Amino acid sequence: MLKSAPSREFSQSTPAKPQGALAGLHLDLPLLSGLILLCSFGLIVLYSASDQSMAQVERQLIRLGLAFIVMVIIAQIHPQQLRYWSPWLFGIGILMLIAVLIFGHTGKGAQRWLDLGLFRFQPSELMKLAVPMMVAWFLSEAPLPPNWRRLLIATVLIIVPVLMIAKQPDLGTSLLVASAGIFVLFLAGVRWRLIISFITLLAALAPALWYLMRDYQRQRVLTFLNPETDPLGSGYHIIQSKIAIGSGGIYGKGWLNGTQSQLDFLPESSTDFIFAVLAEEFGLVGILVLLAIYLFIILRGLYIAAKAHDTYSRLLGGALTLVVFVYLFVNTGMVTGLLPVVGVPLPLVSYGGTSLVTLMAGFGILMSIHTHRKLLPT
Amino acid sequence: MSAIIVVILLGTLVLRLTHLQITSHDHFTTLSHENRVKLVPLPPTRGLIYDRKGVILAQNLPTHSLEITPEQVKDIDKTLVDLAQIITISEDDLSRFHRLRKQKRRFDSIPIKIHLNENEVAQFAVNRHHFPGVDIQARLLRDYPQGESTAHVVGYVARINQKELEEIDNSNYAGTSHIGKTGLEKTYEDELHGKVGMQQVEVNALGRVIRILENQPPEPGKDIHLHLDAHLQVTAAKAFDQKNGAAVAIDPNTGGILALISKPGFDPNLFVEGISSAAYNALQQSDDNPLFDRALRGQYPPGSTVKPFVGLAGLETETITFEKKKFCPGFYQLPKHEHKYRDWKKHGHGRTDMEKSIVESCDVYYYDLAHDMGIDKMSSFLGQFGFGGKTMIDITGELHGLLPSREWKKQSRNLAWYPGETLIMGIGQGYFLTTPIQLASATATLANNGLHRTPRIVKQIINTDQSEAEIPEQPEPTQVPIIKQKNWDDIIYAMTQVVHGMRGTARRIRTKEYRIAAKTGTAQVFTVKQDEEYDEETVSDKMRDHALFIAFAPVDNPQIAVAVIVEHGGHGGSVAAPIARTIMDHYLLSDSATKPQEQK
Repeated sequence: MLKSAPSREFSQSTPAKPQGALAGLHLDLPLLSGLILLCSFGLIVLYSASDQSMAQVERQLIRLGLAFIVMVIIAQIHPQQLRYWSPWLFGIGILMLIAVLIFGHTGKGAQRWLDLGLFRFQPSELMKLAVPMMVAWFLSEAPLPPNWRRLLIATVLIIVPVLMIAKQPDLGTSLLVASAGIFVLFLAGVRWRLIISFITLLAALAPALWYLMRDYQRQRVLTFLNPETDPLGSGYHIIQSKIAIGSGGIYGKGWLNGTQSQLDFLPESSTDFIFAVLAEEFGLVGILVLLAIYLFIILRGLYIAAKAHDTYSRLLGGALTLVVFVYLFVNTGMVTGLLPVVGVPLPLVSYGGTSLVTLMAGFGILMSIHTHRKLLPT
Repeated sequence: MSAIIVVILLGTLVLRLTHLQITSHDHFTTLSHENRVKLVPLPPTRGLIYDRKGVILAQNLPTHSLEITPEQVKDIDKTLVDLAQIITISEDDLSRFHRLRKQKRRFDSIPIKIHLNENEVAQFAVNRHHFPGVDIQARLLRDYPQGESTAHVVGYVARINQKELEEIDNSNYAGTSHIGKTGLEKTYEDELHGKVGMQQVEVNALGRVIRILENQPPEPGKDIHLHLDAHLQVTAAKAFDQKNGAAVAIDPNTGGILALISKPGFDPNLFVEGISSAAYNALQQSDDNPLFDRALRGQYPPGSTVKPFVGLAGLETETITFEKKKFCPGFYQLPKHEHKYRDWKKHGHGRTDMEKSIVESCDVYYYDLAHDMGIDKMSSFLGQFGFGGKTMIDITGELHGLLPSREWKKQSRNLAWYPGETLIMGIGQGYFLTTPIQLASATATLANNGLHRTPRIVKQIINTDQSEAEIPEQPEPTQVPIIKQKNWDDIIYAMTQVVHGMRGTARRIRTKEYRIAAKTGTAQVFTVKQDEEYDEETVSDKMRDHALFIAFAPVDNPQIAVAVIVEHGGHGGSVAAPIARTIMDHYLLSDSATKPQEQK
């Protein structure tokens, strides 16, 4: 289906209209407005979720500021430059993942960090960008849809880093990296049937996957299947989160009045489970507002990808946007009990810095793609 | 295409949220409420127990314990080591601390050492700033300041056990850890305990109380004031010296128990915080049986103390007159029987009338009187004084006495009554058993000219705010029918001669201050064989007779009736009588300052 899509839609590219001062900075106003709106909403919820700690909100604000700066810087880089860097970035990323597996710093039972003296760096975050860039670069070198040989190589390019990250172990990130890669394949016009059969194959391999999982990962899956079996242990997160969401009702208990979050019944309330705080205090109405903002950002991202002038930009832009959606869906699915507990933050809202920078860098790439179109058409 | 998938998946999410937030909203609201709101019971303060003069017999003392709040301590192991340098911490203390630490939450304070003495409290107070998270906590602990002397009467509280847990009203005991186990603490548990209060609080996930939503204060237990005189109790216990036994003193005018002693006592304070099994076994296995309340549960033959009652029975049934003389050769034989029933005086009392029979305690006189009167008349007359039954005193655990009768023997042993058994019953031996409280109660009835009042230990129950005083129910007094007043006067006259007469068996306790009516008694613990003689010197301590004594005074206006039993004490006159005298002296003489207001 998608195979037919690009040819018409993408060829009809119209020159972008001037966008005032922001255009000079290579920023996309609609996307920027969506992001600022989302972050502001996020900070309001974070203030409540962090037991009204202004200090925590300030730290998050500083991170957001840094992430925005990163976004603005990346937006200045021409997509062709990014494309040129893609294999190098991917190579460096792989080397760093190897380094993590050998010298990595262990934190919370997982080996994810590389201590660079001044700061600690999480190479798996880099791969969230490097993998889709690499696959997009590789596939855009030849006409689409890719032939079997290129498809196989592309699959290997995805699977190797994903397995290395899963080994750390970091299920959430490896899932995001894998989906980023798969979205590129998907957007490159790989047949649905193929992707479905690939997923079926994965499902068939599930028992083997089970065997490879760490104890705590197995526990999470079991807990997801039946949270009530262990109400004080692993199931506690999901039960408390469902109570928070359910008791919020349509209009919510009001800002700072959520008993589940204010009285600490809800674990990880400012990080992975911040969605439940929002649901409890602002109700279904608040949730719909949040989802509307996300939907706007994602649709804008997809629009930018659709309007891209080159295959590389189109594949990368689309994949990065869809990854944001995966973030959103996996996190909300987990918090509402639809999916197992996987450590994926609510994008741009959850407290914490690392994913924030990567996400904003991704938006920076999108802005770059959109604002550099007419200047150098391919 | 991608956009469509995104919208579809977001739609799924919204559906899920609709389900949680609208369809199941009520369910989750309930769960959220249950999460957050907890009921905290507020245990009531236990009522106090006072003696007749306001001396405290049971109170709640703040006890100091050193407690650690783990949440506030950086390095617990180091803190423990440092603490050990200023306060002795034993292995037991440490192991209890570590055990409790596992059970409790991080912000709960956990005792590291309980029952700090003043020195230790001061020692820690000086060093307190070195120990953040360590503090001294005061809790209320039941305390019995009179200790041993009131142990049996007041009883003690201890931790609620499984069996009690099944019987009590669990909601009312929600915050209570202790319950009355024996004595008054058990009998008046309902009054002393009070009513639990409740606090509805908002808690966080750790159970820490965030704020109080609703507060219903507890209703403290009522205070109990006794007829008992704590000083009299101590004085009487002291008079026993090292000997075992029991003493009961009753105010005949009210039935109020003035003293209730069982020797040896024990320290009830040991039980409050849980007695060590070594200490408990020592008490339990001691030959002296200190946990046994002799005053209410000790069953002794009344011996010769029953003679005034049997004598009165003889007079009132017109079996004999006060002046009629019988000859006492030192033994008694039933017609056509070989068996010799001995008198305690080997060569006999000679010609004996009733006065002499009481004053000198002639056995033969009563063998013959009992034989003439017969078991049925004797048994039913004695029953009027409460022999055989329970006095129904308001302390749990009282035992029956045993008043033998034809019917009783038929029923319990399916045997016929033998005439010989009538004889020995006449001197308070054989199957005849009384408890000290019964003997005292019967004496009070005699002193009261036949008006019998049910003994009562509790005088009144007072709400803590002093608003209401409740007098515990006491059955209407009953009157032993008087056939001829002279008979009663004669018996009391004879009893007076026991102390004040020249040949009285208790003449050594004679006093000029007031007149005493009394009777001595000796209860056989082991039976002397026909050909042998009881020789006090050769009989081992455990086999020696029990010494008994009953008395009331002053004779013309009885204020106190006493029964004393000294186990294996020998003669009543020499061992038990002085104890009774000490009790009466204390009550009638040294107490005179406060006495008048008590008189009616």
